[in-house]
Amino acid sequence: MSPTHPAPGTAEAAAEVARHVDGNAILGMLTDVFAVDASLIELTCRACGANGPLGATDVEDDRVAAIVRCRSCTHTLLTVSRAESGGVQLAIGAVALLVAPAPPSES
Amino acid sequence: MIVGGWLPARVADVLPSTEHARVLRLDVPDWPGNLPGQHLDIRLTAEDGYQAERSYSIASYGPGTVVELGVDTVPDGEVSPYLTEEVRPGDALEVKGPLGAYFVWDAADPAPVQLVAGGSGIVPLLAMARARAATPDAAPFRLLYSVRSAADAMYRDEVERLAGTGVEVTWAYTRTAPEGWRGTVGRLSAASLTASAWPADRTPVAFVCGPTGFVESAADLLVQAGYDPARVRTERFGGL
Repeated sequence: MSPTHPAPGTAEAAAEVARHVDGNAILGMLTDVFAVDASLIELTCRACGANGPLGATDVEDDRVAAIVRCRSCTHTLLTVSRAESGGVQLAIGAVALLVAPAPPSES
Repeated sequence: MIVGGWLPARVADVLPSTEHARVLRLDVPDWPGNLPGQHLDIRLTAEDGYQAERSYSIASYGPGTVVELGVDTVPDGEVSPYLTEEVRPGDALEVKGPLGAYFVWDAADPAPVQLVAGGSGIVPLLAMARARAATPDAAPFRLLYSVRSAADAMYRDEVERLAGTGVEVTWAYTRTAPEGWRGTVGRLSAASLTASAWPADRTPVAFVCGPTGFVESAADLLVQAGYDPARVRTERFGGL
């Protein structure tokens, strides 16, 4: 890795251009929050009523936090970031309903 | 298959792919296997303790503890230049996964499959095509692979060989076409997409992966062509 990497949380890190990805990019972090795979969690937007799986949402990830936006109206649904404890913190935004998929059956 | 923690991994092989991409095979002793289309997170730790994490699509599928990644260099990226330029066999890193149930092909689904890859977006789609090739009775596949030029195509030789395995391949070139190319050169258009993709009345399922702009425009074109939006699954990994 580059020895000149910016430290997380610094102004230099915050100035990094946000990566415009999707909900699939934050599934690793969300394994610390949800017991099921988060990509199939259905989110309903409180602002516009659109619903769909978290994997299909728009995500802006700038290393400080990942902002999960409604793909239809761009309202912020969730903000996911690292807590000081080292765990994951999740701020709920314009989410009217969150439905987790049924856990996979052992077959 | 949900995995919470970080798993130790070691680089087993580093193979050349294109001028700016490599294929990495990681030996992950505790890997539980993965479905075609899933991804993992890689965590690198520098000598000073600084850590960086990124998600990478997996080109391999099924049981087994060797995980194959195709990694393209993201200019000014923090993790990919290390993985495409510096990493060597024997290097240690950590992975978390497999991740994702949304962007996964279900071999039991009889619907025809339309794959649309932009650049290194081929990686998870190749895992699906490999799984298809190993399942003779599965649904038919079509792959539209958009690259800047033939030299920019990751897994080019393997994709060429997919033709005999139940996967119809169509190439699209956005900058330079190889000599003798009869098609057009340029961004994906409604005409070029509908010329090669399954018609909507076959009720196909589509998987589209690549840079954000490419994926959004290709997914829009599929929906305009009559595809069910809920059956157009996308994975966007940044860029313009």
